[in-house]
Amino acid sequence: MPKLSDICRHVRSKNAGPFWVTVDLFFDGEENFRRYHDTPALSPQVFARLFGTNPDLVRRIPVDNLHVVKISYPRPHPQGWMQERDMHAGQQFARLLDLEVD
Amino acid sequence: MTESAEMSDRISIIVPTGMLGGGVSRAQVQYGLRRGASAIAVDSGSTDSGPAYLARGVSKMNRESIKRDLQILMAEAHRAKIPLLVGTCGTSGTDSGVDWTRDIALEVATELGIGPKIVCLYSEQKADELIRKNSRGEITPLPPLGPISDADLKSCEHIVALMGPEPYIAALQAGADIVLGGRTTDTAVLAAVPLMRGAGVAQAWHAAKIAECGGLCTVNPSLGGVLMHVGRDAFEIEPLDIDNQCSPETLSAHLLYENSDPFTLTEPGGVLDASDAEYRWVDNRITRVTGSRWTPKPYTMKLEGARGGDFQTIMFIGIEDPEVLANLDEFHDLMQKTLTGRIRKTFGDEAVRFDVSLRIYGWNGTSGRPVPRGTVPPRDVGVMFVVTAPTQDLANRMAKACNPYFFHTPLRPGIEMPSYAFPFTPAEIPRGQVYEFVLNHVVHTSDAFELVRSVSVDPARANKGALDA
Repeated sequence: MPKLSDICRHVRSKNAGPFWVTVDLFFDGEENFRRYHDTPALSPQVFARLFGTNPDLVRRIPVDNLHVVKISYPRPHPQGWMQERDMHAGQQFARLLDLEVD
Repeated sequence: MTESAEMSDRISIIVPTGMLGGGVSRAQVQYGLRRGASAIAVDSGSTDSGPAYLARGVSKMNRESIKRDLQILMAEAHRAKIPLLVGTCGTSGTDSGVDWTRDIALEVATELGIGPKIVCLYSEQKADELIRKNSRGEITPLPPLGPISDADLKSCEHIVALMGPEPYIAALQAGADIVLGGRTTDTAVLAAVPLMRGAGVAQAWHAAKIAECGGLCTVNPSLGGVLMHVGRDAFEIEPLDIDNQCSPETLSAHLLYENSDPFTLTEPGGVLDASDAEYRWVDNRITRVTGSRWTPKPYTMKLEGARGGDFQTIMFIGIEDPEVLANLDEFHDLMQKTLTGRIRKTFGDEAVRFDVSLRIYGWNGTSGRPVPRGTVPPRDVGVMFVVTAPTQDLANRMAKACNPYFFHTPLRPGIEMPSYAFPFTPAEIPRGQVYEFVLNHVVHTSDAFELVRSVSVDPARANKGALDA
Protein backbone atom coordinates (compact mmCIF):
# COMPACT_ATOMS: atom_id res chain seq x y z
CA MET A 1 0.00 0.00 0.00
CA PRO A 2 1.33 3.46 -0.82
CA LYS A 3 1.87 6.08 1.83
CA LEU A 4 0.13 9.43 1.71
CA SER A 5 3.47 11.05 0.86
CA ASP A 6 3.68 8.81 -2.25
CA ILE A 7 0.38 9.98 -3.73
CA CYS A 8 0.47 13.68 -2.74
CA ARG A 9 2.81 16.26 -4.23
CA HIS A 10 2.29 18.54 -1.23
CA VAL A 11 0.69 18.27 2.19
CA ARG A 12 0.32 21.23 4.53
CA SER A 13 -1.42 22.22 7.75
CA LYS A 14 -2.30 25.64 9.16
CA ASN A 15 -4.44 27.27 11.80
CA ALA A 16 -7.83 28.45 10.56
CA GLY A 17 -8.67 30.85 13.36
CA PRO A 18 -7.71 30.05 16.95
CA PHE A 19 -9.91 26.98 17.29
CA TRP A 20 -9.45 25.03 14.04
CA VAL A 21 -6.66 23.43 12.05
CA THR A 22 -6.99 22.81 8.35
CA VAL A 23 -4.99 20.28 6.32
CA ASP A 24 -4.64 20.55 2.55
CA LEU A 25 -3.70 17.39 0.65
CA PHE A 26 -2.55 18.24 -2.89
CA PHE A 27 -2.81 14.91 -4.71
CA ASP A 28 -0.24 14.13 -7.36
CA GLY A 29 -2.41 14.10 -10.48
CA GLU A 30 -6.06 13.44 -11.22
CA GLU A 31 -5.78 9.66 -11.03
CA ASN A 32 -4.44 9.69 -7.48
CA PHE A 33 -7.11 12.22 -6.50
CA ARG A 34 -9.95 10.11 -7.93
CA ARG A 35 -8.65 6.90 -6.46
CA TYR A 36 -7.79 8.09 -2.97
CA HIS A 37 -9.81 11.22 -2.19
CA ASP A 38 -12.24 9.29 -0.01
CA THR A 39 -9.78 6.77 1.42
CA PRO A 40 -10.77 5.45 4.86
CA ALA A 41 -7.17 6.07 5.91
CA LEU A 42 -8.20 9.72 6.35
CA SER A 43 -11.36 9.05 8.34
CA PRO A 44 -12.44 11.24 11.26
CA GLN A 45 -11.43 8.40 13.59
CA VAL A 46 -7.87 8.54 12.26
CA PHE A 47 -7.79 12.28 12.91
CA ALA A 48 -9.14 11.69 16.40
CA ARG A 49 -6.32 9.20 17.05
CA LEU A 50 -3.56 11.36 15.58
CA PHE A 51 -4.64 14.80 16.78
CA GLY A 52 -6.90 14.14 19.76
CA THR A 53 -9.77 15.93 18.05
CA ASN A 54 -13.52 15.30 18.23
CA PRO A 55 -14.28 12.98 15.25
CA ASP A 56 -17.86 14.26 15.00
CA LEU A 57 -16.61 17.72 14.00
CA VAL A 58 -13.97 16.69 11.44
CA ARG A 59 -14.89 18.00 7.98
CA ARG A 60 -13.53 16.60 4.70
CA ILE A 61 -14.09 18.66 1.55
CA PRO A 62 -12.78 17.61 -1.89
CA VAL A 63 -11.77 20.43 -4.25
CA ASP A 64 -11.99 18.73 -7.62
CA ASN A 65 -10.39 21.31 -9.89
CA LEU A 66 -7.25 21.49 -7.74
CA HIS A 67 -7.10 17.73 -6.97
CA VAL A 68 -7.11 18.74 -3.32
CA VAL A 69 -8.80 17.28 -0.28
CA LYS A 70 -9.19 19.69 2.61
CA ILE A 71 -9.69 18.25 6.07
CA SER A 72 -10.49 20.62 8.93
CA TYR A 73 -10.63 19.67 12.59
CA PRO A 74 -11.00 21.53 15.88
CA ARG A 75 -7.87 21.86 17.99
CA PRO A 76 -8.11 19.83 21.19
CA HIS A 77 -6.94 23.01 22.97
CA PRO A 78 -7.25 26.58 21.65
CA GLN A 79 -4.18 28.11 20.04
CA GLY A 80 -1.69 29.32 22.62
CA TRP A 81 -2.69 27.16 25.58
CA MET A 82 -0.25 26.34 28.35
CA GLN A 83 1.32 23.34 26.60
CA GLU A 84 1.20 24.76 23.07
CA ARG A 85 3.96 23.42 20.84
CA ASP A 86 2.82 24.56 17.39
CA MET A 87 1.13 27.97 17.45
CA HIS A 88 0.40 28.00 13.68
CA ALA A 89 -0.27 24.24 13.58
CA GLY A 90 2.09 24.35 10.61
CA GLN A 91 3.89 21.11 11.51
CA GLN A 92 0.81 19.01 12.24
CA PHE A 93 0.77 17.63 8.69
CA ALA A 94 3.97 15.63 9.30
CA ARG A 95 2.24 12.87 11.24
CA LEU A 96 0.00 12.19 8.22
CA LEU A 97 2.76 11.54 5.71
CA ASP A 98 3.38 7.89 6.62
CA LEU A 99 -0.30 6.90 6.67
CA GLU A 100 -0.89 3.92 4.39
CA VAL A 101 -3.78 4.52 2.04
CA ASP A 102 -5.96 2.03 0.18
CA MET B 1 -22.68 38.20 -21.77
CA THR B 2 -19.61 39.52 -23.54
CA GLU B 3 -16.26 39.40 -21.84
CA SER B 4 -16.04 43.17 -21.56
CA ALA B 5 -19.58 43.52 -20.22
CA GLU B 6 -18.66 41.23 -17.29
CA MET B 7 -16.10 43.77 -16.18
CA SER B 8 -18.14 46.91 -16.89
CA ASP B 9 -17.73 49.87 -14.50
CA ARG B 10 -14.82 48.14 -12.85
CA ILE B 11 -13.43 49.52 -9.59
CA SER B 12 -9.74 48.95 -8.93
CA ILE B 13 -8.18 48.73 -5.46
CA ILE B 14 -4.49 48.58 -4.59
CA VAL B 15 -3.68 45.96 -1.95
CA PRO B 16 -0.01 46.80 -1.39
CA THR B 17 0.75 44.10 1.19
CA GLY B 18 -0.96 41.39 3.18
CA MET B 19 -0.25 43.23 6.40
CA LEU B 20 0.61 46.85 7.06
CA GLY B 21 4.20 47.01 8.24
CA GLY B 22 5.18 44.06 6.08
CA GLY B 23 6.88 46.43 3.64
CA VAL B 24 5.21 48.21 0.72
CA SER B 25 6.82 49.38 -2.50
CA ARG B 26 6.27 52.92 -3.74
CA ALA B 27 6.88 51.80 -7.32
CA GLN B 28 4.18 49.14 -6.98
CA VAL B 29 1.67 51.60 -5.55
CA GLN B 30 2.43 53.99 -8.42
CA TYR B 31 1.92 51.14 -10.90
CA GLY B 32 -1.50 50.51 -9.37
CA LEU B 33 -2.36 54.20 -9.63
CA ARG B 34 -1.42 54.24 -13.33
CA ARG B 35 -3.75 51.27 -13.75
CA GLY B 36 -6.62 53.41 -12.50
CA ALA B 37 -6.92 52.44 -8.83
CA SER B 38 -9.56 54.37 -6.90
CA ALA B 39 -8.41 53.41 -3.38
CA ILE B 40 -5.64 51.79 -1.37
CA ALA B 41 -6.83 49.23 1.17
CA VAL B 42 -4.74 47.21 3.57
CA ASP B 43 -5.22 44.92 6.52
CA SER B 44 -3.15 45.54 9.63
CA GLY B 45 -4.27 42.64 11.75
CA SER B 46 -4.14 38.96 12.44
CA THR B 47 -5.03 36.41 15.10
CA ASP B 48 -2.40 34.11 13.62
CA SER B 49 0.36 34.86 16.04
CA GLY B 50 -1.70 33.94 19.02
CA PRO B 51 -3.85 35.56 21.73
CA ALA B 52 -1.10 37.66 23.38
CA TYR B 53 -1.65 40.68 21.10
CA LEU B 54 -5.37 40.89 21.73
CA ALA B 55 -5.06 40.20 25.45
CA ARG B 56 -2.38 42.88 25.84
CA GLY B 57 -3.79 45.29 23.26
CA VAL B 58 -0.38 45.87 21.70
CA SER B 59 0.87 45.56 18.13
CA LYS B 60 2.96 42.70 16.82
CA MET B 61 4.49 44.98 14.21
CA ASN B 62 6.92 47.58 15.47
CA ARG B 63 6.18 51.27 15.15
CA GLU B 64 8.94 51.96 12.64
CA SER B 65 7.67 49.42 10.10
CA ILE B 66 4.09 50.74 10.36
CA LYS B 67 5.35 54.29 9.96
CA ARG B 68 7.50 53.44 6.95
CA ASP B 69 4.55 51.85 5.13
CA LEU B 70 2.20 54.69 6.07
CA GLN B 71 4.71 57.24 4.77
CA ILE B 72 4.51 55.68 1.31
CA LEU B 73 0.78 54.93 1.30
CA MET B 74 -0.32 58.31 2.71
CA ALA B 75 1.93 60.25 0.34
CA GLU B 76 0.76 58.37 -2.74
CA ALA B 77 -2.92 58.41 -1.74
CA HIS B 78 -2.71 62.16 -1.13
CA ARG B 79 -0.98 62.80 -4.46
CA ALA B 80 -3.55 60.72 -6.37
CA LYS B 81 -6.47 62.12 -4.31
CA ILE B 82 -7.77 58.67 -3.44
CA PRO B 83 -8.69 57.26 -0.02
CA LEU B 84 -6.57 54.99 2.15
CA LEU B 85 -8.31 52.34 4.27
CA VAL B 86 -6.57 50.39 7.03
CA GLY B 87 -8.37 47.51 8.73
CA THR B 88 -7.71 45.94 12.14
CA CYS B 89 -5.18 48.53 13.28
CA GLY B 90 -2.52 47.42 15.76
CA THR B 91 -2.73 43.66 15.02
CA SER B 92 -5.82 42.88 17.11
CA GLY B 93 -7.97 45.94 16.35
CA THR B 94 -8.49 47.06 19.95
CA ASP B 95 -9.26 50.72 20.64
CA SER B 96 -5.64 51.09 21.76
CA GLY B 97 -4.47 49.66 18.42
CA VAL B 98 -6.53 52.23 16.50
CA ASP B 99 -5.23 55.11 18.63
CA TRP B 100 -1.64 53.89 18.28
CA THR B 101 -1.98 53.79 14.49
CA ARG B 102 -3.76 57.17 14.46
CA ASP B 103 -0.88 58.79 16.28
CA ILE B 104 1.61 57.34 13.80
CA ALA B 105 -0.55 58.58 10.92
CA LEU B 106 -0.72 62.07 12.43
CA GLU B 107 3.05 62.13 12.76
CA VAL B 108 3.43 61.07 9.13
CA ALA B 109 0.91 63.71 8.00
CA THR B 110 2.89 66.42 9.76
CA GLU B 111 6.14 65.23 8.23
CA LEU B 112 4.56 65.14 4.78
CA GLY B 113 2.98 68.55 5.31
CA ILE B 114 -0.52 67.29 4.53
CA GLY B 115 -3.77 67.50 6.46
CA PRO B 116 -5.91 64.52 5.52
CA LYS B 117 -9.33 64.02 7.07
CA ILE B 118 -8.88 60.94 9.26
CA VAL B 119 -11.77 58.92 10.64
CA CYS B 120 -11.23 56.23 13.28
CA LEU B 121 -13.64 53.31 13.63
CA TYR B 122 -13.74 51.56 17.00
CA SER B 123 -15.28 48.13 17.60
CA GLU B 124 -13.95 47.12 21.00
CA GLN B 125 -16.79 45.94 23.24
CA LYS B 126 -17.53 46.17 26.93
CA ALA B 127 -18.20 42.86 28.67
CA ASP B 128 -21.27 44.27 30.44
CA GLU B 129 -22.97 45.22 27.19
CA LEU B 130 -22.27 41.77 25.74
CA ILE B 131 -23.58 40.13 28.91
CA ARG B 132 -26.85 41.99 28.34
CA LYS B 133 -26.92 40.82 24.74
CA ASN B 134 -26.09 37.28 25.82
CA SER B 135 -29.01 37.29 28.27
CA ARG B 136 -31.29 38.19 25.36
CA GLY B 137 -29.97 35.28 23.31
CA GLU B 138 -28.14 37.56 20.88
CA ILE B 139 -24.79 35.78 21.13
CA THR B 140 -24.46 32.36 19.55
CA PRO B 141 -21.47 30.02 19.59
CA LEU B 142 -19.57 28.70 16.61
CA PRO B 143 -18.19 25.15 16.77
CA PRO B 144 -16.28 23.78 18.59
CA LEU B 145 -17.30 26.08 21.47
CA GLY B 146 -20.58 26.11 23.37
CA PRO B 147 -22.59 28.95 24.94
CA ILE B 148 -20.53 31.68 26.57
CA SER B 149 -20.85 32.42 30.29
CA ASP B 150 -20.93 35.84 31.89
CA ALA B 151 -17.77 34.90 33.80
CA ASP B 152 -15.94 34.11 30.55
CA LEU B 153 -16.98 37.44 29.04
CA LYS B 154 -15.84 39.29 32.16
CA SER B 155 -12.51 37.44 32.21
CA CYS B 156 -11.43 38.88 28.84
CA GLU B 157 -8.84 41.65 28.83
CA HIS B 158 -10.20 42.85 25.49
CA ILE B 159 -13.16 41.88 23.31
CA VAL B 160 -13.49 43.09 19.75
CA ALA B 161 -16.28 42.68 17.20
CA LEU B 162 -15.34 42.19 13.55
CA MET B 163 -16.70 45.05 11.47
CA GLY B 164 -18.10 44.78 7.98
CA PRO B 165 -17.57 47.33 5.19
CA GLU B 166 -20.49 49.62 6.07
CA PRO B 167 -18.73 51.85 8.64
CA TYR B 168 -15.87 52.38 6.16
CA ILE B 169 -18.33 53.31 3.43
CA ALA B 170 -20.12 55.75 5.76
CA ALA B 171 -16.80 57.36 6.70
CA LEU B 172 -15.78 57.75 3.07
CA GLN B 173 -19.16 59.18 2.11
CA ALA B 174 -18.73 61.73 4.89
CA GLY B 175 -15.51 62.84 3.25
CA ALA B 176 -12.76 60.83 4.96
CA ASP B 177 -9.40 60.65 3.21
CA ILE B 178 -8.05 58.02 5.58
CA VAL B 179 -10.10 55.48 7.54
CA LEU B 180 -8.36 53.67 10.38
CA GLY B 181 -10.47 50.76 11.55
CA GLY B 182 -10.46 48.58 14.62
CA ARG B 183 -11.11 44.87 14.23
CA THR B 184 -12.58 44.23 10.80
CA THR B 185 -12.90 41.12 8.71
CA ASP B 186 -9.85 40.86 6.46
CA THR B 187 -12.11 41.04 3.43
CA ALA B 188 -14.40 43.92 4.46
CA VAL B 189 -11.71 46.60 4.36
CA LEU B 190 -10.77 45.58 0.80
CA ALA B 191 -14.36 45.16 -0.40
CA ALA B 192 -15.63 48.48 1.01
CA VAL B 193 -14.84 50.81 -1.89
CA PRO B 194 -16.01 48.42 -4.66
CA LEU B 195 -19.26 47.90 -2.73
CA MET B 196 -19.68 51.65 -2.22
CA ARG B 197 -19.16 52.31 -5.91
CA GLY B 198 -21.71 49.73 -7.05
CA ALA B 199 -19.50 46.84 -8.16
CA GLY B 200 -20.87 43.31 -8.00
CA VAL B 201 -21.41 42.31 -4.37
CA ALA B 202 -20.28 38.68 -4.67
CA GLN B 203 -17.42 39.82 -6.88
CA ALA B 204 -16.23 42.40 -4.36
CA TRP B 205 -16.21 39.92 -1.48
CA HIS B 206 -14.62 37.13 -3.48
CA ALA B 207 -11.92 39.42 -4.88
CA ALA B 208 -11.21 40.67 -1.36
CA LYS B 209 -10.96 37.13 -0.03
CA ILE B 210 -8.32 36.29 -2.62
CA ALA B 211 -6.41 39.56 -2.20
CA GLU B 212 -6.51 39.63 1.62
CA CYS B 213 -2.94 38.36 2.01
CA GLY B 214 -1.53 40.59 -0.72
CA GLY B 215 0.88 38.70 -2.94
CA LEU B 216 0.22 35.34 -1.32
CA CYS B 217 -2.25 34.60 -4.14
CA THR B 218 0.42 35.14 -6.80
CA VAL B 219 2.95 32.80 -8.39
CA ASN B 220 5.79 34.59 -6.56
CA PRO B 221 4.54 35.93 -3.21
CA SER B 222 7.89 37.62 -2.51
CA LEU B 223 7.11 40.17 -5.24
CA GLY B 224 4.72 42.33 -3.24
CA GLY B 225 1.04 43.18 -3.53
CA VAL B 226 -1.89 42.90 -5.91
CA LEU B 227 -4.54 44.97 -7.63
CA MET B 228 -8.22 43.99 -7.49
CA HIS B 229 -10.36 44.98 -10.47
CA VAL B 230 -14.01 44.43 -9.53
CA GLY B 231 -16.71 44.56 -12.20
CA ARG B 232 -20.42 43.86 -12.15
CA ASP B 233 -20.26 40.16 -12.97
CA ALA B 234 -16.59 39.30 -12.79
CA PHE B 235 -13.39 40.39 -11.13
CA GLU B 236 -9.73 40.23 -11.98
CA ILE B 237 -6.63 40.04 -9.82
CA GLU B 238 -3.42 41.50 -11.16
CA PRO B 239 0.00 41.45 -9.48
CA LEU B 240 1.54 44.86 -8.75
CA ASP B 241 4.91 43.60 -9.99
CA ILE B 242 5.30 43.40 -13.76
CA ASP B 243 7.27 40.13 -13.44
CA ASN B 244 4.70 38.36 -11.28
CA GLN B 245 1.57 36.41 -12.24
CA CYS B 246 -1.85 35.66 -10.78
CA SER B 247 -2.76 32.30 -12.29
CA PRO B 248 -6.11 30.49 -12.17
CA GLU B 249 -4.48 27.95 -9.88
CA THR B 250 -2.83 30.39 -7.46
CA LEU B 251 -6.06 32.37 -7.10
CA SER B 252 -8.34 29.38 -6.54
CA ALA B 253 -5.80 27.74 -4.25
CA HIS B 254 -5.75 30.83 -2.04
CA LEU B 255 -9.28 30.05 -0.85
CA LEU B 256 -7.83 26.94 0.77
CA TYR B 257 -5.35 28.92 2.81
CA GLU B 258 -6.19 29.24 6.51
CA ASN B 259 -9.86 28.54 5.76
CA SER B 260 -11.63 25.58 7.25
CA ASP B 261 -14.04 25.66 4.29
CA PRO B 262 -12.64 26.40 0.80
CA PHE B 263 -15.92 27.46 -0.81
CA THR B 264 -18.08 29.36 1.66
CA LEU B 265 -17.15 32.40 3.67
CA THR B 266 -19.46 33.92 6.26
CA GLU B 267 -19.23 37.70 6.47
CA PRO B 268 -21.11 40.18 8.67
CA GLY B 269 -24.11 40.59 6.33
CA GLY B 270 -24.12 37.46 4.23
CA VAL B 271 -22.33 34.43 2.86
CA LEU B 272 -19.99 34.17 -0.13
CA ASP B 273 -20.26 30.96 -2.14
CA ALA B 274 -17.32 30.33 -4.46
CA SER B 275 -18.08 26.69 -5.24
CA ASP B 276 -19.06 27.36 -8.86
CA ALA B 277 -16.44 30.01 -9.54
CA GLU B 278 -14.44 29.77 -12.76
CA TYR B 279 -10.92 31.08 -13.09
CA ARG B 280 -9.33 31.82 -16.46
CA TRP B 281 -6.38 33.76 -17.81
CA VAL B 282 -6.97 37.25 -19.22
CA ASP B 283 -3.35 37.53 -20.32
CA ASN B 284 -0.15 36.02 -18.99
CA ARG B 285 -0.30 38.00 -15.70
CA ILE B 286 -3.97 38.49 -14.88
CA THR B 287 -6.76 36.02 -14.07
CA ARG B 288 -10.49 36.71 -14.29
CA VAL B 289 -13.03 35.05 -12.01
CA THR B 290 -16.74 34.55 -12.68
CA GLY B 291 -19.51 32.60 -10.99
CA SER B 292 -19.20 33.94 -7.42
CA ARG B 293 -22.46 34.07 -5.45
CA TRP B 294 -23.56 36.12 -2.44
CA THR B 295 -26.54 35.44 -0.20
CA PRO B 296 -27.54 38.25 2.18
CA LYS B 297 -28.16 37.16 5.79
CA PRO B 298 -29.22 38.93 8.99
CA TYR B 299 -26.34 41.02 10.30
CA THR B 300 -23.90 39.28 12.65
CA MET B 301 -20.47 40.24 13.90
CA LYS B 302 -17.90 37.71 15.04
CA LEU B 303 -16.43 38.32 18.47
CA GLU B 304 -12.86 37.77 19.54
CA GLY B 305 -11.76 37.86 23.15
CA ALA B 306 -8.59 36.96 24.98
CA ARG B 307 -7.51 36.78 28.58
CA GLY B 308 -4.35 36.34 30.55
CA GLY B 309 -3.75 33.21 32.59
CA ASP B 310 -0.83 31.73 34.48
CA PHE B 311 2.86 32.54 34.07
CA GLN B 312 5.75 30.54 32.66
CA THR B 313 9.48 30.22 33.20
CA ILE B 314 11.65 28.24 30.81
CA MET B 315 15.08 26.58 30.82
CA PHE B 316 16.98 24.84 28.05
CA ILE B 317 19.69 22.18 27.84
CA GLY B 318 21.51 20.32 25.06
CA ILE B 319 22.47 16.63 25.30
CA GLU B 320 25.00 14.66 23.25
CA ASP B 321 25.57 11.83 25.76
CA PRO B 322 24.93 8.66 23.66
CA GLU B 323 23.53 6.73 26.64
CA VAL B 324 20.82 9.34 27.17
CA LEU B 325 20.17 9.68 23.43
CA ALA B 326 19.63 5.92 23.16
CA ASN B 327 16.98 6.07 25.91
CA LEU B 328 15.20 9.39 25.40
CA ASP B 329 11.69 8.25 26.30
CA GLU B 330 12.95 6.73 29.53
CA PHE B 331 14.93 9.90 30.22
CA HIS B 332 11.88 12.09 29.59
CA ASP B 333 9.70 10.10 31.98
CA LEU B 334 12.39 10.03 34.66
CA MET B 335 12.95 13.78 34.38
CA GLN B 336 9.21 14.50 34.44
CA LYS B 337 8.79 12.47 37.61
CA THR B 338 11.90 13.94 39.27
CA LEU B 339 11.03 17.57 38.58
CA THR B 340 7.37 17.24 39.47
CA GLY B 341 8.33 15.52 42.72
CA ARG B 342 10.91 18.19 43.48
CA ILE B 343 8.33 20.96 43.11
CA ARG B 344 5.74 19.15 45.25
CA LYS B 345 8.30 18.52 47.98
CA THR B 346 9.76 22.03 47.95
CA PHE B 347 6.58 24.06 47.65
CA GLY B 348 4.04 21.92 49.47
CA ASP B 349 0.72 23.72 49.71
CA GLU B 350 1.99 26.58 47.56
CA ALA B 351 2.10 24.20 44.60
CA VAL B 352 -1.66 23.79 44.30
CA ARG B 353 -1.59 24.57 40.58
CA PHE B 354 1.45 24.08 38.39
CA ASP B 355 2.50 22.26 35.24
CA VAL B 356 5.87 20.97 34.11
CA SER B 357 6.25 20.32 30.39
CA LEU B 358 9.45 18.85 28.90
CA ARG B 359 9.94 18.98 25.13
CA ILE B 360 12.81 17.03 23.61
CA TYR B 361 13.64 18.80 20.35
CA GLY B 362 15.43 16.50 17.93
CA TRP B 363 13.30 13.59 19.11
CA ASN B 364 9.60 14.47 19.50
CA GLY B 365 9.60 18.03 20.82
CA THR B 366 7.29 19.39 18.13
CA SER B 367 4.51 16.84 18.50
CA GLY B 368 5.08 15.35 21.96
CA ARG B 369 3.90 12.05 20.49
CA PRO B 370 5.54 8.61 20.80
CA VAL B 371 8.30 8.03 18.27
CA PRO B 372 7.90 4.94 16.01
CA ARG B 373 9.60 1.83 17.36
CA GLY B 374 13.09 1.33 15.91
CA THR B 375 13.74 5.05 15.27
CA VAL B 376 17.50 5.66 15.20
CA PRO B 377 18.62 7.88 18.12
CA PRO B 378 19.63 11.41 17.12
CA ARG B 379 23.15 12.77 17.69
CA ASP B 380 21.98 15.76 19.67
CA VAL B 381 18.80 16.94 21.32
CA GLY B 382 17.65 20.12 22.99
CA VAL B 383 15.33 19.82 25.98
CA MET B 384 13.07 22.71 26.85
CA PHE B 385 11.66 22.91 30.35
CA VAL B 386 8.47 24.91 30.77
CA VAL B 387 6.92 25.43 34.17
CA THR B 388 3.54 27.15 34.46
CA ALA B 389 2.32 28.62 37.76
CA PRO B 390 -0.15 31.28 38.97
CA THR B 391 2.46 34.03 39.33
CA GLN B 392 5.73 34.85 37.58
CA ASP B 393 7.49 34.84 40.90
CA LEU B 394 6.30 31.34 41.73
CA ALA B 395 7.17 30.05 38.25
CA ASN B 396 10.67 31.53 38.63
CA ARG B 397 11.14 29.95 42.05
CA MET B 398 9.92 26.59 40.77
CA ALA B 399 12.40 26.74 37.89
CA LYS B 400 15.20 27.60 40.31
CA ALA B 401 14.22 24.64 42.50
CA CYS B 402 14.30 22.35 39.46
CA ASN B 403 17.51 23.80 38.08
CA PRO B 404 20.06 21.39 39.67
CA TYR B 405 17.89 18.38 38.88
CA PHE B 406 17.21 19.42 35.29
CA PHE B 407 20.92 19.89 34.66
CA HIS B 408 22.31 16.91 36.55
CA THR B 409 19.83 14.02 36.83
CA PRO B 410 21.56 10.79 35.69
CA LEU B 411 19.73 8.36 33.44
CA ARG B 412 20.03 5.61 36.05
CA PRO B 413 21.10 5.37 39.69
CA GLY B 414 24.80 4.73 40.15
CA ILE B 415 25.92 6.70 37.13
CA GLU B 416 28.34 9.51 37.95
CA MET B 417 26.52 12.86 38.10
CA PRO B 418 26.30 14.25 34.57
CA SER B 419 26.16 17.90 33.54
CA TYR B 420 23.97 18.60 30.57
CA ALA B 421 24.84 21.55 28.37
CA PHE B 422 23.04 24.70 29.43
CA PRO B 423 23.74 27.75 27.28
CA PHE B 424 22.70 30.70 29.48
CA THR B 425 23.35 32.06 32.92
CA PRO B 426 21.17 32.69 34.80
CA ALA B 427 19.64 29.57 33.34
CA GLU B 428 15.99 30.26 34.04
CA ILE B 429 14.17 32.70 31.74
CA PRO B 430 10.91 34.34 32.89
CA ARG B 431 8.72 33.99 29.80
CA GLY B 432 5.68 35.93 30.92
CA GLN B 433 1.99 35.24 30.94
CA VAL B 434 0.03 32.57 29.09
CA TYR B 435 -2.79 34.12 27.06
CA GLU B 436 -5.80 32.37 25.65
CA PHE B 437 -8.55 33.04 23.16
CA VAL B 438 -11.91 32.77 24.85
CA LEU B 439 -14.57 33.60 22.27
CA ASN B 440 -15.64 31.92 19.05
CA HIS B 441 -19.08 33.46 18.90
CA VAL B 442 -21.18 35.81 16.83
CA VAL B 443 -23.30 38.65 18.10
CA HIS B 444 -26.53 39.51 16.31
CA THR B 445 -26.92 43.24 15.73
CA SER B 446 -29.69 45.47 14.47
CA ASP B 447 -27.36 46.81 11.77
CA ALA B 448 -23.71 47.30 10.85
CA PHE B 449 -23.32 50.32 13.14
CA GLU B 450 -24.83 49.25 16.46
CA LEU B 451 -21.49 48.14 17.96
CA VAL B 452 -19.25 50.59 16.09
CA ARG B 453 -18.12 54.07 17.09
CA SER B 454 -16.90 56.45 14.42
CA VAL B 455 -14.69 59.39 15.42
CA SER B 456 -13.34 62.11 13.15
CA VAL B 457 -9.87 63.21 14.11
CA ASP B 458 -9.72 66.94 14.70
CA PRO B 459 -8.04 68.45 11.62
CA ALA B 460 -6.07 70.75 13.93
CA ARG B 461 -4.44 67.66 15.37
CA ALA B 462 -3.67 66.40 11.88
CA ASN B 463 -1.54 69.49 11.36
CA LYS B 464 0.47 69.15 14.52
CA GLY B 465 0.46 65.43 15.08
CA ALA B 466 4.19 65.25 15.68
CA LEU B 467 3.95 67.81 18.47
CA ASP B 468 1.29 65.81 20.28
CA ALA B 469 3.05 62.47 19.92
